[in-house]
Amino acid sequence: MTPPPVAWSWELDGWIIAAGALCAVASALLGNFLVLRRMSLLGDAISHAVLPGLAAAYLLTDQRSSLPMFLGAVAVGVLTAFFTEWVHRVGQVDEGASMGVVFTSLFAIGLVMIVRAADHVDLDPGCVLYGAIELTPLDTWRVFGLEAPRVVVVLAAVLLVNALYVALLFKELRIASFDPQLATASGFGAGWMHYSLMTLVAVTAVASFEAVGNILVVAMLVAPPATARLLTHRLGVMVLLSVAIAAASAAAGHVAAVSVPAWFGYRSTTTAGMMALATGAGFTLAMLFAPEQGVVSRTVRRVRLSLRELGEDVLGALYRADESHDTPLAVEELRERLLCRRMPLRLVLLRLQSRGVVRPTDRGVKLTETGVALAAQLIRSHRLWEHYLVERAGMTPDRIHPQAERLEHVTDLAMRRQLDSETSESPTDPHGQAIPQERE
Amino acid sequence: MIAAAFGDWSDWRGAADLLLLRDYNTRVVVLGATLLGLTAGVVGSFTLLRKRALLGDALAHATLPGIAIAFLAASALGADGKSLPLLLAGAAATGVLGVGAILAIRRFTRLKEDAALGIVLSVFFGAGAALLGVVQQTPTGHAAGLESFIYGKTAAMLSSDAWLIAGAAVACLALSALCFKELMLLCFDAGFASARGFSAGWLDTLLMGMVVLVTIIGLQAVGLVLMIALLVIPPAAARFWTDRLLAMTLLAGAIGAASAFAGAVASAAAPKLPSGAMIVLCAASLFLFSALLGSRRGLIVRYRRRRRFLQRIAREHLLRAVYEATESADSATFARLLEMRSWGAAELRQLIRRARHKELVQRGPAAEVRLTSRGLLEAQRLTRQHRLWEMYLITHADVAPSRVDRGADAIEHVLDPETIDELERLLDQRRLGLPPESPHAIDPAPEEAPR
Repeated sequence: MTPPPVAWSWELDGWIIAAGALCAVASALLGNFLVLRRMSLLGDAISHAVLPGLAAAYLLTDQRSSLPMFLGAVAVGVLTAFFTEWVHRVGQVDEGASMGVVFTSLFAIGLVMIVRAADHVDLDPGCVLYGAIELTPLDTWRVFGLEAPRVVVVLAAVLLVNALYVALLFKELRIASFDPQLATASGFGAGWMHYSLMTLVAVTAVASFEAVGNILVVAMLVAPPATARLLTHRLGVMVLLSVAIAAASAAAGHVAAVSVPAWFGYRSTTTAGMMALATGAGFTLAMLFAPEQGVVSRTVRRVRLSLRELGEDVLGALYRADESHDTPLAVEELRERLLCRRMPLRLVLLRLQSRGVVRPTDRGVKLTETGVALAAQLIRSHRLWEHYLVERAGMTPDRIHPQAERLEHVTDLAMRRQLDSETSESPTDPHGQAIPQERE
Repeated sequence: MIAAAFGDWSDWRGAADLLLLRDYNTRVVVLGATLLGLTAGVVGSFTLLRKRALLGDALAHATLPGIAIAFLAASALGADGKSLPLLLAGAAATGVLGVGAILAIRRFTRLKEDAALGIVLSVFFGAGAALLGVVQQTPTGHAAGLESFIYGKTAAMLSSDAWLIAGAAVACLALSALCFKELMLLCFDAGFASARGFSAGWLDTLLMGMVVLVTIIGLQAVGLVLMIALLVIPPAAARFWTDRLLAMTLLAGAIGAASAFAGAVASAAAPKLPSGAMIVLCAASLFLFSALLGSRRGLIVRYRRRRRFLQRIAREHLLRAVYEATESADSATFARLLEMRSWGAAELRQLIRRARHKELVQRGPAAEVRLTSRGLLEAQRLTRQHRLWEMYLITHADVAPSRVDRGADAIEHVLDPETIDELERLLDQRRLGLPPESPHAIDPAPEEAPR
């Protein structure tokens, strides 16, 4: 392949990004439903399996024109989906395995066909599989008086079909993806939806192989929808997000392909590969930082929650120490009472000090006025719960402390009132310690 | 190429030379491929049952960036970028990284296996393609032919490749044999495995490690698609023959070895046939053969099992119909039987013919159907089961008497003796042998009355 010029030019790079983004969006649209149906690897399977279709089209027409090859490849792509489903259903073979059996066999048949019958001509499978997106601007068509690369026109048409399909049949696709039985019962065959989707995937994949290479389709069918799946629970939002992610990855990928190798003293590299890599980067970011499901976000939430609970436990411990008149309490003594590690305790104490809740003295820490008020509410929650657990839930006093310890952190004023009204008037909890009064 | 030395198949001495592996090159290729098929079959059995059949696919693609990085790093340090151990190490490194990514995605997100495999496959392969774009710009990059590394050429296998395969095969087979019980637990009940104190994570890592080893060694010897095929097709074929894991792994190994052997020999005999494709096609034929004829889950066996079951049910319906007809009227004429169930005349005639063949019924003097003594016993037993279940539904499940016939109709064929005992105890029906009276009108069946 000819390396594109290092200098950025909208004339060339703009079209390359356009081709990549069109392919990415067209694939991602359909990919949402593949991911939901657990058929993410279909793109990979089709990209290997189209070989016999290409060979057959060549043998039948004896020329390397695009249309017969395209039709042959699409036909075999649909067959791949059909055979996979058939082996899975009729042969009771695990879905992934049936896909593996089907596409490797088809690939082998294609290889034999090519080698046996067409070895005197140049039919390079690699050329099909690695279509060169960098060559996009060189081959142009005139459409509506505008000069546009052929690839961009083809991919735009594919995108239009896919978008119409998803927009018009969105409700049916949703039902068919989540509940095939319901879909069939509602009067539109889930099978019909399945095979129409598979046909479109095959068309998209084959159209893109020739234009931009298979790496890009395989990646765009899986990664943007999977990324979007981590960001939302709603299918409509997921489809829109996946489209945006796919387009952004395409643009970022091309920029990276031109600029990253230059940092190491090389010229630009394969754009399609970089676009696939960009979807991977997007997925990694989502996996780590997705607001609700991200690994880091969940860890941060957990740590913050446990620090908040530790802070409340510190307040409780200081309040109880106040009751038995051994405040101020040395930090080490506090640590032993709470059975926690030093680092989190330090952090929590610093935070409580900055909020003016505890105050350091020369012999240790002590609650301030506001601290006492806060702690009293907490202790009130705790002891009201203990009272409630013995009186209304019939537990024995020696078992209630751990329960109350957990519940005190999630008990607010309204719940304390409820607890108070549902238990008998008592100045002390079952252990005989005073229940602090509610403050306004 | 290799086969040029042998002439063609018509020369039987050439054929004998071929089958006896007299030629050194053929011997290397055939033995190497066979060993690889054997090992991949065994390891693939575990991944198939773990529902990770396409793990090898993702893994094989994930090796590409490692190869490119190894080459770039070696070239930058002035070493030989094409040295095999170095490239293998690079491939293994990113392969393991890819497997780790798959496990992490499964562990930390709610995405399913297929999405995890798809993401790792495409992103790593994309990274590899991008790196290869850089490799091609290095002075030695073109000569390196790194791309052919992933598409390997079976027929050009060297003896060093064969030795590598042999080493990997011994390691994987020994590990599989040593940890067979643990891997079996992992495949069938990962939760139970961890409850028994085997860490499912470690076992998964062990299994994936074996897949990495086989795939990487195989990849450079036979290419990507063939490697995937060897990992997936033989186990899937073996699954049609047995329900036992040990038998399945052995059979999968045998199928893998046999198809590799046959494919490699065929390709050596006819140089125009690419060996990798021939091996896949041999495996695929064995798969088709197993899918049709497999003794456990093959299509024909399953079809016949189902047909036998349906025939038994129809026969039992006939016997009960005859019994109930003679119970209420004096004889079971053909016309009388025909209106007792929703069956067609031709169907009923065929049923009666089959039952006569089994000596369960016979034709009386007025062409009515009569039970033989064997048929009578059988019919009494069935009718008794049917009515016990009906009575149970009426007394214990509060189903209206006019509605119980259907339910009992379906279940009478599959009641086992223990259930019958329990029903008798519940319903206080100890009159052994003879059926109790039907709890509903039989003539004609209530829900079929208005025709």
